[in-house]
Amino acid sequence: MTMKGVTKLGTMQLKVMDLDESIAHYVNIVGLDLVERVGKTAYLKAYDEFGKWSIALHESDSPGMVDMGWQVRSDADLDRFAARVADLGIDVKEHAAGSKNGVGRRIAFVLPTGHAMELYADMEMAEDHPGIHNPDLWRKPPHGARSQKLDHCLLYGDDLDGTFRVFKEALDFDLTETGFDGDTRIMAFFTCSNRAHDVAFVRFPEAGRLHHCAFKLDSWGDVGHAADLFTQQNVSVDIGPTRHGITRGQTIYFFDPSGNRNETFAGGYEWYPDHPTRTWDPDQFGKAIFYYERALNDRFMGVVT
Amino acid sequence: MMPWTVTVEGVGTCTGKDGEDVLSALERQGHRFVDVGCRRGGCGVCRVRVTDGDYRTLKMSRARVSAEDEACGMALACRLIPEGDCTVVPEPLSNRFPATTTNARRSS
Repeated sequence: MTMKGVTKLGTMQLKVMDLDESIAHYVNIVGLDLVERVGKTAYLKAYDEFGKWSIALHESDSPGMVDMGWQVRSDADLDRFAARVADLGIDVKEHAAGSKNGVGRRIAFVLPTGHAMELYADMEMAEDHPGIHNPDLWRKPPHGARSQKLDHCLLYGDDLDGTFRVFKEALDFDLTETGFDGDTRIMAFFTCSNRAHDVAFVRFPEAGRLHHCAFKLDSWGDVGHAADLFTQQNVSVDIGPTRHGITRGQTIYFFDPSGNRNETFAGGYEWYPDHPTRTWDPDQFGKAIFYYERALNDRFMGVVT
Repeated sequence: MMPWTVTVEGVGTCTGKDGEDVLSALERQGHRFVDVGCRRGGCGVCRVRVTDGDYRTLKMSRARVSAEDEACGMALACRLIPEGDCTVVPEPLSNRFPATTTNARRSS
């Protein structure tokens, strides 16, 4: 493995417009389990995650993201990364352990693209965690789209170059794939692991936008099962099943009841630090995003929350 | 309640079922009078202004339709349920990929 200080995307907090409807979507369609509900917030997790929760839904008057939480190896890493982010001129705040459900001490900052990020080292283990001793594949059969874990997010924002520096220079992520139009970087796909991406950014006129939040499925077969389920359940589907040229992932884009885009993602290549960054030209962005269609749809370019 | 007819000003007309939202009726019948986005009231690309008729709306993103906009008849077609014949004007909130708006070329 090639994990550095930041080891994984652990949490994603989303805004939703109707909590009950949204819980039903993330449980029955995405396939998560409800961990607990506190006031107007619901905490959920996928069956193969050890942490107490990975998705928090907050009832609000508009959809979108609240923040992403990245787990780091050790508490000392928090101070190291806080200093390096601050060196880029970004204001970094610290929050005490316990002030976020089940999460230890945190550092928080806002990316130049307007997205709130947090780093933490510790999170309580879920009561319903995956087996550890002579483990079965799962404690109870997966349901809905059979999501195994929170996979990655794609975020849209204006100051892509500023955010690029944070991930590359301060957080030690590797750039797996990128795309330019002229001298302007249009998209950047980053990994902190040996996965094809853990987070990605696309340049966009508005700051702080969520393009999608993805969940990992086991196989192409499960992507097909998810497609069957989405039609039977009248889920709003954007595109798919199809495949990405970037990451080579197998995918369906669809929307939650507030219009936040979700993705079921399977496959994708393994990344190692010796690999060169793959680069895409504008006339190939269609194939980069939707490998089979070989064209972008309007929704990919403009529909965000 | 009766089926309704929506006139999209300058574009065409579309009928719908009692309780159906405008965007679903348009999509179901293959009309492309307004852009289709998330279909769930979040993204704003199907925004229209209702200029005539009775209607109700489901929850819409306040980031896309403000209270003031709503009071002036602004609605998202995916959350707009006619309660009789209506007339609407497309008022899309469109955000385009910046790659299509630059003439810059990368030197090799």
